[in-house]
Amino acid sequence: MVTNVTNFSRSGLSDWLLQRFSAVVLALYSVFIVGYFLTSFDGSYAQWSAFFEQTWVRIFTFLSILSIAAHAWIGLWTISTDYIKPTGTRFVFQLVCNLALFTYVVWGVQVLWGA
Amino acid sequence: MLVVSVYRYNPETDSAPFMQEFKVDTKGADLMVLDVLHLVKDQDNAFAYRRSCREGVCGSDGMNMNGKNGLACITPLSEVVTDGKLVVRPLPGLPVIRDLVVDMSLFYKQYERIKPFLLNDTPAPAIERLQSPEERDKLDGLYECILCACCSTSCPSFWWNPDKFVGPSGLLQAYRFLVDSRDTQTRERLSELDDPFSVFRCRGIMNCVNVCPKGLNPTKAIGHIRDMLLRNAT
Repeated sequence: MVTNVTNFSRSGLSDWLLQRFSAVVLALYSVFIVGYFLTSFDGSYAQWSAFFEQTWVRIFTFLSILSIAAHAWIGLWTISTDYIKPTGTRFVFQLVCNLALFTYVVWGVQVLWGA
Repeated sequence: MLVVSVYRYNPETDSAPFMQEFKVDTKGADLMVLDVLHLVKDQDNAFAYRRSCREGVCGSDGMNMNGKNGLACITPLSEVVTDGKLVVRPLPGLPVIRDLVVDMSLFYKQYERIKPFLLNDTPAPAIERLQSPEERDKLDGLYECILCACCSTSCPSFWWNPDKFVGPSGLLQAYRFLVDSRDTQTRERLSELDDPFSVFRCRGIMNCVNVCPKGLNPTKAIGHIRDMLLRNAT
């Protein structure tokens, strides 16, 4: 069996499944947030802030952020193992991608639960 | 006169591959591409390509004709030539040995990896292992593969990782043995495929289905393998 240590879960099947699951979450969140903008958002900060005060909105948003991170990790890992053949360059590319995704997740937490 | 541009490379004399043009008189007939190659060979006897049965059974003359992989012996000029010119190249992605002859070692290595033979650890019956007609029907669309490599060499995932991704042809055969009622090693076979490359490097672009000269559908077989992996693992 071919293995690789830098992909998301070691298993092709669970990576594949996670990519499908995260895609569904992202699709649902896109519909949800666009629907919110179109139907009830009045453009005020107060309303925007109150909307994200709700725990379920935070959970859904955070789930979407995690989904983006997992989806992107799997996708970019796939792209890098296809197109970047020199190991050093590929490793640096994967490191930069993963650091960026980690940053987005932490930043997302800060935005959602910060002051 | 048909203009035929063929890929030439002789590692003993050429520093790099090049395209060479020949003018071939087809006498207005809708020849098969293989016949045209014979006419080219009449003009230059050093021109090399593989062929054997010349009727789409042996799978020797897989090549790239005007940008699409196929068997030269069953591809009529009318199917590929649009502007009076035929461009013939070796199967993409595999090392060229000479002219249109490619080194298929990696392709065969992937085929070998999926253990393309029945594995059965139960005692052999006196006569033979029987299958119901329904069980036999499951092998249709799988066993017909002639290993011409047209599909795998049209697959970008196989181009980039021919050492790790089994490729459409190998996976079609993998499913042929996974679904065979006489094979008892289904779990072991599946566990060999559950890594990020062997099966899952398939992105479902269906180039394989587009070029298969036998009209087979490797993408569908790969989908079935994914289903089996999922059912086996969840």
